[in-house]
Amino acid sequence: MTTTAPRPRLTKTPDAEHPVHGPRLPVRILPLTPAIVLLLLFLAGPIAYCVYIAFTDLQLTGQAQESFVGFDNFTRAFGDEAFLNAVWLTLVFTVLSSLIGQNTLGLALAALIQRASKPVRTLTGGIVVTAWVLPEVVAGFLLYAFFRREGTLNAILDWLHLPSQNWLFTLPILAVSFANVWRGTAFSMLVYSAALNEIPKEITEAAEVDGAGGRRRMWHITLPMIRRSIATNLMLNTLQTLSVFGLIWVMTRGGPGGRSQTLPLFMYEQAFQNSLIGYGTAVALLLLLVGSLFSLLYLRLLRTEV
Amino acid sequence: MTSRRTTRRLAADAGLLMVAAAFVLPLAWVVLSALDPHANLRVKTPDALTLDNFDAILTPEITFTPLLNSLLLCGGATLLTVVCAALAAYPLSRFRSRFNRPFLLTILFATSLPITAIMVPVYALFVRVDLIDTMQGTILFFAASQLPFAIWLMKNFMDGVPRELEEAAWTDGASAFQSLLRIVLPLMGPGVSVVTVFSFVMMWGNFFVPFMLLLTPDQMPASVSINDFFGNRGMVAYGQLAAFSIVYSTPVILLYVLIARRLGGGFALGGAVKG
Repeated sequence: MTTTAPRPRLTKTPDAEHPVHGPRLPVRILPLTPAIVLLLLFLAGPIAYCVYIAFTDLQLTGQAQESFVGFDNFTRAFGDEAFLNAVWLTLVFTVLSSLIGQNTLGLALAALIQRASKPVRTLTGGIVVTAWVLPEVVAGFLLYAFFRREGTLNAILDWLHLPSQNWLFTLPILAVSFANVWRGTAFSMLVYSAALNEIPKEITEAAEVDGAGGRRRMWHITLPMIRRSIATNLMLNTLQTLSVFGLIWVMTRGGPGGRSQTLPLFMYEQAFQNSLIGYGTAVALLLLLVGSLFSLLYLRLLRTEV
Repeated sequence: MTSRRTTRRLAADAGLLMVAAAFVLPLAWVVLSALDPHANLRVKTPDALTLDNFDAILTPEITFTPLLNSLLLCGGATLLTVVCAALAAYPLSRFRSRFNRPFLLTILFATSLPITAIMVPVYALFVRVDLIDTMQGTILFFAASQLPFAIWLMKNFMDGVPRELEEAAWTDGASAFQSLLRIVLPLMGPGVSVVTVFSFVMMWGNFFVPFMLLLTPDQMPASVSINDFFGNRGMVAYGQLAAFSIVYSTPVILLYVLIARRLGGGFALGGAVKG
Protein backbone atom coordinates (compact mmCIF):
# COMPACT_ATOMS: atom_id res chain seq x y z
CA MET A 1 0.00 0.00 0.00
CA THR A 2 2.93 2.29 0.54
CA THR A 3 4.07 2.45 -3.03
CA THR A 4 2.20 3.82 -5.94
CA ALA A 5 3.39 3.99 -9.48
CA PRO A 6 2.94 7.21 -11.36
CA ARG A 7 -0.18 6.39 -13.24
CA PRO A 8 -3.75 7.45 -13.59
CA ARG A 9 -5.76 6.91 -10.46
CA LEU A 10 -9.34 5.89 -10.45
CA THR A 11 -10.50 8.13 -7.67
CA LYS A 12 -13.93 9.16 -6.67
CA THR A 13 -15.02 12.62 -7.61
CA PRO A 14 -14.13 15.07 -4.84
CA ASP A 15 -17.37 14.93 -2.99
CA ALA A 16 -19.46 12.31 -4.62
CA GLU A 17 -21.49 12.00 -1.44
CA HIS A 18 -23.11 15.33 -2.04
CA PRO A 19 -25.08 15.10 -5.23
CA VAL A 20 -25.20 18.50 -6.80
CA HIS A 21 -28.33 20.38 -7.56
CA GLY A 22 -28.27 22.20 -10.79
CA PRO A 23 -27.64 20.87 -14.26
CA ARG A 24 -29.74 17.89 -15.22
CA LEU A 25 -29.38 15.05 -17.62
CA PRO A 26 -28.76 16.81 -20.97
CA VAL A 27 -25.95 18.80 -19.44
CA ARG A 28 -24.42 15.59 -18.18
CA ILE A 29 -24.52 13.85 -21.52
CA LEU A 30 -24.10 16.62 -24.06
CA PRO A 31 -20.47 17.46 -23.22
CA LEU A 32 -19.54 13.81 -23.65
CA THR A 33 -20.92 13.53 -27.17
CA PRO A 34 -18.06 15.02 -29.22
CA ALA A 35 -15.58 12.69 -27.52
CA ILE A 36 -17.84 9.67 -27.80
CA VAL A 37 -18.57 10.33 -31.47
CA LEU A 38 -14.87 10.66 -32.26
CA LEU A 39 -14.01 7.54 -30.29
CA LEU A 40 -16.76 5.49 -31.87
CA LEU A 41 -16.08 6.59 -35.44
CA PHE A 42 -12.30 6.57 -35.43
CA LEU A 43 -11.30 4.06 -32.77
CA ALA A 44 -14.11 1.60 -32.11
CA GLY A 45 -15.08 1.71 -35.80
CA PRO A 46 -11.67 0.65 -37.11
CA ILE A 47 -11.41 -2.02 -34.43
CA ALA A 48 -14.78 -3.47 -35.46
CA TYR A 49 -13.76 -3.19 -39.11
CA CYS A 50 -10.52 -4.92 -38.19
CA VAL A 51 -12.46 -7.86 -36.79
CA TYR A 52 -14.52 -7.99 -39.97
CA ILE A 53 -11.78 -7.84 -42.62
CA ALA A 54 -9.57 -10.25 -40.73
CA PHE A 55 -12.09 -12.87 -41.88
CA THR A 56 -12.15 -11.77 -45.53
CA ASP A 57 -9.77 -11.98 -48.45
CA LEU A 58 -9.71 -8.22 -49.06
CA GLN A 59 -6.88 -7.21 -51.36
CA LEU A 60 -5.55 -3.92 -52.58
CA THR A 61 -5.78 -4.71 -56.25
CA GLY A 62 -7.54 -6.84 -58.81
CA GLN A 63 -10.67 -7.65 -56.92
CA ALA A 64 -13.92 -5.74 -56.83
CA GLN A 65 -15.50 -7.33 -53.80
CA GLU A 66 -13.95 -9.17 -50.93
CA SER A 67 -15.51 -12.39 -49.75
CA PHE A 68 -15.76 -14.04 -46.39
CA VAL A 69 -13.12 -16.70 -45.85
CA GLY A 70 -13.64 -17.67 -42.22
CA PHE A 71 -10.51 -18.57 -40.33
CA ASP A 72 -8.40 -19.01 -43.48
CA ASN A 73 -6.20 -16.02 -42.71
CA PHE A 74 -5.45 -17.37 -39.27
CA THR A 75 -4.72 -20.94 -40.33
CA ARG A 76 -2.57 -19.51 -43.07
CA ALA A 77 -0.69 -17.40 -40.54
CA PHE A 78 0.10 -20.31 -38.27
CA GLY A 79 1.38 -22.30 -41.22
CA ASP A 80 3.41 -19.36 -42.52
CA GLU A 81 7.08 -19.52 -41.63
CA ALA A 82 7.47 -15.77 -42.05
CA PHE A 83 4.67 -15.17 -39.56
CA LEU A 84 6.13 -17.54 -37.00
CA ASN A 85 9.48 -15.85 -37.52
CA ALA A 86 7.82 -12.48 -36.80
CA VAL A 87 6.19 -13.84 -33.66
CA TRP A 88 9.54 -15.16 -32.48
CA LEU A 89 11.31 -11.89 -33.25
CA THR A 90 8.60 -9.88 -31.50
CA LEU A 91 9.14 -12.06 -28.46
CA VAL A 92 12.91 -11.60 -28.60
CA PHE A 93 12.53 -7.87 -29.15
CA THR A 94 10.13 -7.51 -26.23
CA VAL A 95 12.11 -9.64 -23.80
CA LEU A 96 15.47 -8.11 -24.68
CA SER A 97 14.50 -4.49 -24.94
CA SER A 98 11.56 -4.13 -22.60
CA LEU A 99 11.70 -6.80 -19.90
CA ILE A 100 15.46 -6.94 -19.56
CA GLY A 101 16.78 -3.73 -21.04
CA GLN A 102 14.48 -0.84 -20.24
CA ASN A 103 13.20 -2.30 -17.03
CA THR A 104 16.48 -3.33 -15.43
CA LEU A 105 18.49 -0.39 -16.67
CA GLY A 106 15.70 1.99 -15.64
CA LEU A 107 15.66 0.52 -12.13
CA ALA A 108 19.45 0.62 -11.88
CA LEU A 109 19.53 4.23 -13.01
CA ALA A 110 16.81 5.21 -10.57
CA ALA A 111 18.65 3.49 -7.71
CA LEU A 112 21.97 5.12 -8.63
CA ILE A 113 20.34 8.51 -9.03
CA GLN A 114 19.17 8.32 -5.42
CA ARG A 115 22.76 8.25 -4.24
CA ALA A 116 24.60 10.27 -6.84
CA SER A 117 25.69 13.86 -6.54
CA LYS A 118 23.43 16.50 -7.97
CA PRO A 119 25.36 17.56 -11.11
CA VAL A 120 25.85 13.94 -12.23
CA ARG A 121 22.21 13.19 -11.55
CA THR A 122 21.03 16.16 -13.60
CA LEU A 123 23.41 15.43 -16.45
CA THR A 124 22.58 11.73 -16.78
CA GLY A 125 18.87 12.27 -16.28
CA GLY A 126 18.89 14.99 -18.92
CA ILE A 127 20.68 12.84 -21.50
CA VAL A 128 18.50 9.77 -20.93
CA VAL A 129 15.30 11.81 -21.08
CA THR A 130 16.42 13.62 -24.24
CA ALA A 131 16.72 10.24 -25.96
CA TRP A 132 13.15 9.53 -24.91
CA VAL A 133 11.70 12.85 -26.04
CA LEU A 134 13.20 12.74 -29.55
CA PRO A 135 10.76 11.83 -32.31
CA GLU A 136 10.77 8.12 -33.10
CA VAL A 137 12.20 8.53 -36.58
CA VAL A 138 15.02 10.79 -35.43
CA ALA A 139 15.93 8.24 -32.75
CA GLY A 140 15.92 5.62 -35.51
CA PHE A 141 18.38 7.61 -37.62
CA LEU A 142 20.71 8.29 -34.71
CA LEU A 143 20.90 4.61 -33.85
CA TYR A 144 21.22 3.68 -37.51
CA ALA A 145 24.28 5.91 -37.67
CA PHE A 146 25.57 4.36 -34.47
CA PHE A 147 25.29 0.74 -35.63
CA ARG A 148 26.25 1.05 -39.30
CA ARG A 149 29.46 -0.56 -40.50
CA GLU A 150 31.10 2.85 -40.79
CA GLY A 151 29.36 4.11 -37.65
CA THR A 152 30.40 5.09 -34.15
CA LEU A 153 30.17 1.68 -32.47
CA ASN A 154 32.68 0.15 -34.85
CA ALA A 155 34.91 3.20 -34.49
CA ILE A 156 35.04 2.55 -30.76
CA LEU A 157 35.63 -1.17 -31.23
CA ASP A 158 38.46 -0.45 -33.68
CA TRP A 159 40.00 1.93 -31.20
CA LEU A 160 39.87 -0.80 -28.54
CA HIS A 161 41.32 -3.27 -31.06
CA LEU A 162 38.19 -5.39 -30.86
CA PRO A 163 36.67 -7.03 -33.93
CA SER A 164 34.07 -4.84 -35.60
CA GLN A 165 31.22 -6.03 -37.72
CA ASN A 166 28.22 -4.87 -39.70
CA TRP A 167 25.77 -4.93 -36.82
CA LEU A 168 22.65 -4.15 -38.82
CA PHE A 169 23.45 -7.11 -41.02
CA THR A 170 24.82 -9.68 -38.59
CA LEU A 171 22.64 -9.00 -35.53
CA PRO A 172 19.78 -6.78 -36.67
CA ILE A 173 17.32 -7.78 -33.95
CA LEU A 174 19.94 -7.05 -31.30
CA ALA A 175 20.65 -3.65 -32.83
CA VAL A 176 16.98 -2.61 -32.90
CA SER A 177 16.52 -3.95 -29.36
CA PHE A 178 19.39 -1.76 -28.16
CA ALA A 179 17.82 1.13 -30.01
CA ASN A 180 14.57 0.56 -28.16
CA VAL A 181 16.44 0.44 -24.85
CA TRP A 182 18.16 3.72 -25.72
CA ARG A 183 14.86 5.33 -26.55
CA GLY A 184 12.63 3.84 -23.88
CA THR A 185 14.67 3.55 -20.67
CA ALA A 186 13.81 7.07 -19.51
CA PHE A 187 10.21 6.06 -18.86
CA SER A 188 11.20 3.24 -16.49
CA MET A 189 13.74 5.50 -14.87
CA LEU A 190 11.06 8.11 -14.12
CA VAL A 191 8.61 5.50 -12.87
CA TYR A 192 11.16 3.90 -10.55
CA SER A 193 12.57 7.19 -9.33
CA ALA A 194 9.09 8.19 -8.23
CA ALA A 195 8.54 4.80 -6.57
CA LEU A 196 11.86 4.84 -4.73
CA ASN A 197 11.22 8.36 -3.50
CA GLU A 198 8.08 7.13 -1.81
CA ILE A 199 9.87 4.57 0.33
CA PRO A 200 10.21 6.06 3.83
CA LYS A 201 13.86 6.70 4.71
CA GLU A 202 13.42 5.25 8.22
CA ILE A 203 12.84 1.77 6.89
CA THR A 204 16.03 1.54 4.86
CA GLU A 205 18.00 3.23 7.60
CA ALA A 206 16.69 0.82 10.21
CA ALA A 207 17.74 -2.10 8.04
CA GLU A 208 21.13 -0.54 7.57
CA VAL A 209 21.58 -0.18 11.32
CA ASP A 210 20.60 -3.82 11.70
CA GLY A 211 23.45 -4.64 9.39
CA ALA A 212 21.69 -5.46 6.15
CA GLY A 213 24.03 -4.90 3.21
CA GLY A 214 23.09 -3.06 0.03
CA ARG A 215 22.16 -6.16 -1.91
CA ARG A 216 20.00 -7.56 0.87
CA ARG A 217 18.25 -4.27 1.36
CA MET A 218 17.50 -4.14 -2.37
CA TRP A 219 16.21 -7.71 -2.44
CA HIS A 220 14.26 -7.83 0.82
CA ILE A 221 13.04 -4.28 1.27
CA THR A 222 13.17 -2.12 -1.82
CA LEU A 223 11.97 -4.59 -4.44
CA PRO A 224 8.99 -5.90 -2.44
CA MET A 225 7.96 -2.34 -1.65
CA ILE A 226 7.94 -1.24 -5.27
CA ARG A 227 6.55 -4.44 -6.75
CA ARG A 228 3.38 -2.75 -7.94
CA SER A 229 5.41 -0.18 -9.79
CA ILE A 230 7.44 -2.98 -11.32
CA ALA A 231 4.30 -4.73 -12.52
CA THR A 232 2.70 -1.64 -14.06
CA ASN A 233 5.98 -0.56 -15.59
CA LEU A 234 6.53 -3.97 -17.18
CA MET A 235 3.01 -3.89 -18.56
CA LEU A 236 3.34 -0.44 -20.08
CA ASN A 237 6.81 -1.14 -21.46
CA THR A 238 5.56 -4.29 -23.10
CA LEU A 239 2.59 -2.53 -24.65
CA GLN A 240 4.81 0.22 -25.99
CA THR A 241 7.33 -2.26 -27.36
CA LEU A 242 4.64 -4.34 -29.07
CA SER A 243 3.68 -1.35 -31.19
CA VAL A 244 7.13 -0.10 -32.21
CA PHE A 245 7.18 0.42 -35.96
CA GLY A 246 9.04 3.58 -36.99
CA LEU A 247 12.23 2.80 -35.11
CA ILE A 248 12.72 -0.59 -36.77
CA TRP A 249 11.46 0.64 -40.11
CA VAL A 250 14.07 3.38 -40.22
CA MET A 251 16.94 1.19 -39.04
CA THR A 252 16.44 -2.01 -41.00
CA ARG A 253 13.03 -2.07 -42.74
CA GLY A 254 12.66 -5.42 -40.99
CA GLY A 255 15.58 -6.87 -42.89
CA PRO A 256 17.91 -8.22 -43.90
CA GLY A 257 15.79 -11.12 -45.07
CA GLY A 258 13.17 -10.57 -42.36
CA ARG A 259 15.67 -10.98 -39.54
CA SER A 260 14.35 -7.97 -37.65
CA GLN A 261 10.76 -8.17 -38.89
CA THR A 262 8.54 -7.93 -35.83
CA LEU A 263 4.77 -8.34 -36.09
CA PRO A 264 3.93 -4.70 -36.93
CA LEU A 265 6.40 -4.78 -39.82
CA PHE A 266 5.17 -8.16 -40.96
CA MET A 267 1.61 -6.85 -40.89
CA TYR A 268 2.64 -3.85 -42.97
CA GLU A 269 4.49 -5.97 -45.50
CA GLN A 270 1.61 -8.39 -46.01
CA ALA A 271 -0.98 -5.64 -46.32
CA PHE A 272 0.93 -3.30 -48.61
CA GLN A 273 3.89 -4.94 -50.28
CA ASN A 274 1.90 -8.12 -50.91
CA SER A 275 -1.47 -6.32 -51.13
CA LEU A 276 -3.11 -8.85 -48.82
CA ILE A 277 -5.13 -6.50 -46.61
CA GLY A 278 -7.23 -9.33 -45.20
CA TYR A 279 -4.19 -11.35 -44.19
CA GLY A 280 -2.37 -8.31 -42.83
CA THR A 281 -5.42 -7.41 -40.77
CA ALA A 282 -5.67 -10.90 -39.33
CA VAL A 283 -2.14 -10.40 -38.05
CA ALA A 284 -3.15 -6.96 -36.77
CA LEU A 285 -6.06 -8.52 -34.93
CA LEU A 286 -3.77 -11.01 -33.21
CA LEU A 287 -1.50 -8.15 -32.19
CA LEU A 288 -4.49 -6.22 -30.93
CA LEU A 289 -5.65 -9.24 -28.92
CA VAL A 290 -2.27 -9.64 -27.26
CA GLY A 291 -2.28 -5.91 -26.57
CA SER A 292 -5.78 -6.08 -25.08
CA LEU A 293 -4.72 -8.91 -22.86
CA PHE A 294 -1.86 -6.85 -21.44
CA SER A 295 -4.16 -3.86 -21.20
CA LEU A 296 -6.68 -5.88 -19.17
CA LEU A 297 -3.93 -7.16 -16.90
CA TYR A 298 -2.88 -3.57 -16.40
CA LEU A 299 -6.46 -2.60 -15.48
CA ARG A 300 -6.60 -5.45 -12.99
CA LEU A 301 -3.36 -4.38 -11.42
CA LEU A 302 -4.68 -0.87 -10.95
CA ARG A 303 -7.94 -2.13 -9.58
CA THR A 304 -6.41 -4.17 -6.82
CA GLU A 305 -5.05 -0.95 -5.53
CA VAL A 306 -7.94 1.43 -6.05
CA MET B 1 29.52 6.38 8.16
CA THR B 2 30.28 9.56 6.31
CA SER B 3 33.21 8.12 4.42
CA ARG B 4 31.17 5.10 3.46
CA ARG B 5 28.48 7.41 2.17
CA THR B 6 31.03 9.34 0.14
CA THR B 7 32.41 6.15 -1.40
CA ARG B 8 28.92 5.10 -2.25
CA ARG B 9 28.20 8.42 -3.87
CA LEU B 10 31.36 8.25 -5.91
CA ALA B 11 30.48 4.74 -7.08
CA ALA B 12 26.99 5.89 -8.05
CA ASP B 13 28.44 8.88 -9.89
CA ALA B 14 30.85 6.66 -11.79
CA GLY B 15 28.10 4.24 -12.77
CA LEU B 16 25.81 7.00 -13.95
CA LEU B 17 28.57 8.70 -15.92
CA MET B 18 29.29 5.47 -17.77
CA VAL B 19 25.66 5.09 -18.76
CA ALA B 20 25.54 8.76 -19.70
CA ALA B 21 28.59 8.33 -21.93
CA ALA B 22 26.96 5.43 -23.75
CA PHE B 23 23.68 7.29 -24.13
CA VAL B 24 25.22 10.52 -25.29
CA LEU B 25 27.10 9.12 -28.30
CA PRO B 26 24.18 9.10 -30.75
CA LEU B 27 23.18 12.58 -29.55
CA ALA B 28 26.73 13.82 -29.96
CA TRP B 29 26.73 12.49 -33.51
CA VAL B 30 23.71 14.49 -34.52
CA VAL B 31 25.00 17.76 -33.03
CA LEU B 32 28.55 17.43 -34.34
CA SER B 33 27.50 16.25 -37.78
CA ALA B 34 25.08 19.10 -38.22
CA LEU B 35 27.99 21.52 -37.83
CA ASP B 36 30.43 19.51 -39.91
CA PRO B 37 30.88 20.21 -43.65
CA HIS B 38 32.15 16.64 -44.18
CA ALA B 39 29.91 14.67 -41.85
CA ASN B 40 29.77 10.90 -42.07
CA LEU B 41 28.28 8.25 -39.82
CA ARG B 42 30.80 8.46 -36.98
CA VAL B 43 31.10 10.77 -34.05
CA LYS B 44 34.12 12.99 -34.79
CA THR B 45 35.17 16.52 -34.18
CA PRO B 46 34.13 18.56 -37.21
CA ASP B 47 36.86 19.42 -39.73
CA ALA B 48 35.59 22.97 -39.54
CA LEU B 49 32.52 24.47 -37.98
CA THR B 50 29.90 25.55 -40.45
CA LEU B 51 26.23 26.35 -40.67
CA ASP B 52 26.11 25.31 -44.32
CA ASN B 53 24.08 22.19 -43.50
CA PHE B 54 21.38 24.32 -41.95
CA ASP B 55 21.56 26.74 -44.87
CA ALA B 56 21.07 23.87 -47.29
CA ILE B 57 18.00 22.44 -45.62
CA LEU B 58 16.19 25.64 -44.67
CA THR B 59 14.26 25.74 -47.91
CA PRO B 60 10.50 25.58 -48.39
CA GLU B 61 10.70 22.18 -50.03
CA ILE B 62 12.89 20.40 -47.49
CA THR B 63 12.01 22.03 -44.20
CA PHE B 64 9.33 24.68 -44.13
CA THR B 65 6.53 22.82 -45.88
CA PRO B 66 6.92 19.59 -43.85
CA LEU B 67 7.15 21.54 -40.60
CA LEU B 68 4.11 23.58 -41.54
CA ASN B 69 2.27 20.34 -42.35
CA SER B 70 3.31 18.93 -38.98
CA LEU B 71 2.08 22.07 -37.28
CA LEU B 72 -1.25 21.98 -39.10
CA LEU B 73 -1.74 18.28 -38.43
CA CYS B 74 -0.64 18.21 -34.80
CA GLY B 75 -2.00 21.65 -33.97
CA GLY B 76 -5.42 20.82 -35.40
CA ALA B 77 -5.56 17.41 -33.76
CA THR B 78 -4.35 18.77 -30.42
CA LEU B 79 -6.98 21.50 -30.44
CA LEU B 80 -9.67 18.94 -31.17
CA THR B 81 -8.34 16.56 -28.51
CA VAL B 82 -8.15 19.19 -25.80
CA VAL B 83 -11.60 20.65 -26.48
CA CYS B 84 -13.26 17.22 -26.58
CA ALA B 85 -11.35 16.01 -23.53
CA ALA B 86 -12.20 19.11 -21.48
CA LEU B 87 -15.90 18.81 -22.35
CA ALA B 88 -15.96 15.08 -21.63
CA ALA B 89 -14.03 15.37 -18.38
CA TYR B 90 -16.48 17.87 -16.94
CA PRO B 91 -19.49 15.61 -16.35
CA LEU B 92 -17.17 12.73 -15.45
CA SER B 93 -15.54 14.78 -12.76
CA ARG B 94 -18.57 16.73 -11.55
CA PHE B 95 -21.64 14.54 -11.63
CA ARG B 96 -22.24 11.19 -10.11
CA SER B 97 -23.59 8.59 -12.48
CA ARG B 98 -23.46 4.86 -12.64
CA PHE B 99 -22.02 5.14 -16.15
CA ASN B 100 -18.92 6.97 -15.01
CA ARG B 101 -16.97 4.01 -13.75
CA PRO B 102 -17.53 1.68 -16.73
CA PHE B 103 -16.84 4.57 -19.07
CA LEU B 104 -13.62 5.50 -17.28
CA LEU B 105 -12.47 1.89 -17.20
CA THR B 106 -13.12 1.57 -20.93
CA ILE B 107 -11.15 4.76 -21.51
CA LEU B 108 -8.28 3.50 -19.38
CA PHE B 109 -8.32 0.23 -21.28
CA ALA B 110 -8.19 2.15 -24.57
CA THR B 111 -5.21 4.27 -23.46
CA SER B 112 -2.99 1.26 -23.60
CA LEU B 113 -4.22 -0.43 -26.79
CA PRO B 114 -1.51 -0.69 -29.45
CA ILE B 115 -2.70 1.80 -32.06
CA THR B 116 -0.08 0.47 -34.47
CA ALA B 117 -2.14 -2.70 -34.83
CA ILE B 118 -5.21 -0.99 -36.23
CA MET B 119 -3.48 1.13 -38.87
CA VAL B 120 -4.08 -1.38 -41.66
CA PRO B 121 -7.86 -1.52 -41.08
CA VAL B 122 -7.90 2.25 -40.61
CA TYR B 123 -6.24 2.57 -44.01
CA ALA B 124 -8.80 0.24 -45.57
CA LEU B 125 -11.63 2.11 -43.89
CA PHE B 126 -10.30 5.50 -44.99
CA VAL B 127 -10.07 4.30 -48.59
CA ARG B 128 -13.69 3.21 -48.40
CA VAL B 129 -15.04 6.45 -46.95
CA ASP B 130 -12.74 8.63 -49.06
CA LEU B 131 -10.79 10.10 -46.18
CA ILE B 132 -7.48 8.70 -47.35
CA ASP B 133 -4.81 11.27 -48.14
CA THR B 134 -6.76 14.09 -46.50
CA MET B 135 -5.49 16.33 -43.74
CA GLN B 136 -8.87 16.39 -42.01
CA GLY B 137 -9.14 12.60 -41.94
CA THR B 138 -5.67 12.28 -40.44
CA ILE B 139 -6.44 15.02 -37.89
CA LEU B 140 -9.63 13.25 -36.83
CA PHE B 141 -7.88 9.93 -36.40
CA PHE B 142 -4.97 11.50 -34.54
CA ALA B 143 -7.39 13.23 -32.17
CA ALA B 144 -9.34 10.03 -31.53
CA SER B 145 -6.19 8.04 -30.84
CA GLN B 146 -4.96 10.57 -28.29
CA LEU B 147 -8.37 11.18 -26.74
CA PRO B 148 -8.57 8.34 -24.18
CA PHE B 149 -5.40 9.41 -22.45
CA ALA B 150 -6.31 13.09 -22.70
CA ILE B 151 -9.69 12.46 -21.06
CA TRP B 152 -7.99 10.55 -18.25
CA LEU B 153 -5.50 13.27 -17.54
CA MET B 154 -8.06 16.01 -17.84
CA LYS B 155 -10.49 14.26 -15.49
CA ASN B 156 -7.79 13.75 -12.87
CA PHE B 157 -6.72 17.38 -13.07
CA MET B 158 -10.32 18.53 -12.92
CA ASP B 159 -10.93 16.49 -9.78
CA GLY B 160 -8.39 18.74 -8.12
CA VAL B 161 -10.50 21.86 -8.60
CA PRO B 162 -12.79 22.44 -5.59
CA ARG B 163 -16.45 22.43 -6.36
CA GLU B 164 -17.60 25.20 -4.03
CA LEU B 165 -16.50 27.90 -6.43
CA GLU B 166 -18.73 26.55 -9.15
CA GLU B 167 -21.68 26.15 -6.85
CA ALA B 168 -21.37 29.81 -6.01
CA ALA B 169 -21.39 30.62 -9.71
CA TRP B 170 -24.46 28.45 -10.25
CA THR B 171 -26.29 30.27 -7.51
CA ASP B 172 -25.48 33.45 -9.35
CA GLY B 173 -27.15 31.96 -12.39
CA ALA B 174 -24.20 30.74 -14.44
CA SER B 175 -24.80 27.72 -16.66
CA ALA B 176 -22.64 24.61 -16.37
CA PHE B 177 -20.89 25.53 -19.60
CA GLN B 178 -20.13 29.02 -18.32
CA SER B 179 -18.75 27.70 -15.07
CA LEU B 180 -16.55 25.20 -16.93
CA LEU B 181 -15.22 27.92 -19.20
CA ARG B 182 -14.86 30.76 -16.71
CA ILE B 183 -14.05 28.97 -13.46
CA VAL B 184 -12.90 25.38 -13.79
CA LEU B 185 -10.61 25.61 -16.83
CA PRO B 186 -8.79 28.76 -15.69
CA LEU B 187 -8.18 27.15 -12.29
CA MET B 188 -6.72 24.05 -13.89
CA GLY B 189 -4.59 26.01 -16.35
CA PRO B 190 -1.42 24.01 -15.68
CA GLY B 191 -3.35 20.76 -16.14
CA VAL B 192 -4.78 21.91 -19.45
CA SER B 193 -1.34 22.94 -20.64
CA VAL B 194 0.10 19.54 -19.70
CA VAL B 195 -2.61 17.77 -21.71
CA THR B 196 -2.08 20.15 -24.63
CA VAL B 197 1.70 19.88 -24.71
CA PHE B 198 1.64 16.15 -24.15
CA SER B 199 -0.84 15.48 -26.99
CA PHE B 200 1.11 17.75 -29.30
CA VAL B 201 4.45 16.10 -28.53
CA MET B 202 3.06 12.59 -29.03
CA MET B 203 1.64 13.49 -32.44
CA TRP B 204 4.65 15.52 -33.55
CA GLY B 205 6.85 12.47 -33.17
CA ASN B 206 4.38 9.97 -34.58
CA PHE B 207 5.52 8.39 -37.82
CA PHE B 208 3.17 5.52 -38.58
CA VAL B 209 -0.16 7.38 -38.66
CA PRO B 210 0.72 10.00 -41.33
CA PHE B 211 2.89 7.43 -43.11
CA MET B 212 -0.21 5.29 -43.62
CA LEU B 213 -2.94 7.87 -44.09
CA LEU B 214 -1.24 10.51 -46.24
CA LEU B 215 0.02 9.81 -49.74
CA THR B 216 0.72 13.14 -51.44
CA PRO B 217 4.30 14.34 -50.82
CA ASP B 218 3.14 17.97 -50.38
CA GLN B 219 1.06 16.98 -47.38
CA MET B 220 3.72 15.00 -45.55
CA PRO B 221 4.70 16.12 -42.07
CA ALA B 222 8.35 16.19 -41.01
CA SER B 223 8.17 12.77 -39.35
CA VAL B 224 7.63 11.18 -42.76
CA SER B 225 9.46 13.58 -45.07
CA ILE B 226 12.71 12.93 -43.20
CA ASN B 227 12.78 9.62 -45.07
CA ASP B 228 13.48 11.50 -48.30
CA PHE B 229 17.04 12.07 -47.18
CA PHE B 230 17.60 8.40 -47.79
CA GLY B 231 15.56 7.27 -50.74
CA ASN B 232 15.16 9.93 -53.33
CA ARG B 233 18.16 12.18 -53.07
CA GLY B 234 20.83 9.70 -54.08
CA MET B 235 23.93 10.11 -51.89
CA VAL B 236 22.89 10.71 -48.32
CA ALA B 237 24.08 14.08 -47.06
CA TYR B 238 24.50 13.12 -43.42
CA GLY B 239 25.28 16.63 -42.31
CA GLN B 240 21.98 17.85 -43.72
CA LEU B 241 20.10 14.91 -42.28
CA ALA B 242 21.54 15.77 -38.87
CA ALA B 243 20.67 19.44 -39.26
CA PHE B 244 17.12 18.55 -40.23
CA SER B 245 16.81 16.17 -37.28
CA ILE B 246 17.79 18.99 -34.95
CA VAL B 247 15.38 21.50 -36.48
CA TYR B 248 12.57 18.94 -36.35
CA SER B 249 13.28 17.82 -32.76
CA THR B 250 13.84 21.20 -31.14
CA PRO B 251 10.17 22.17 -30.69
CA VAL B 252 9.28 19.00 -28.78
CA ILE B 253 12.37 19.20 -26.59
CA LEU B 254 11.51 22.79 -25.67
CA LEU B 255 7.90 21.88 -24.98
CA TYR B 256 9.00 18.94 -22.85
CA VAL B 257 11.28 21.15 -20.79
CA LEU B 258 8.30 23.43 -20.29
CA ILE B 259 6.21 20.70 -18.65
CA ALA B 260 9.00 18.48 -17.31
CA ARG B 261 8.52 19.56 -13.73
CA ARG B 262 4.91 18.41 -13.75
CA LEU B 263 5.70 15.19 -15.58
CA GLY B 264 8.54 14.34 -13.24
CA GLY B 265 6.89 14.71 -9.86
CA GLY B 266 5.16 11.36 -9.56
CA PHE B 267 2.64 12.57 -12.03
CA ALA B 268 0.18 10.25 -13.76
CA LEU B 269 2.00 9.07 -16.83
CA GLY B 270 0.48 5.65 -17.41
CA GLY B 271 0.09 4.62 -21.02
CA ALA B 272 2.03 7.67 -21.98
CA VAL B 273 4.66 6.22 -24.20
CA LYS B 274 2.72 4.46 -26.85
CA GLY B 275 4.67 4.48 -30.11
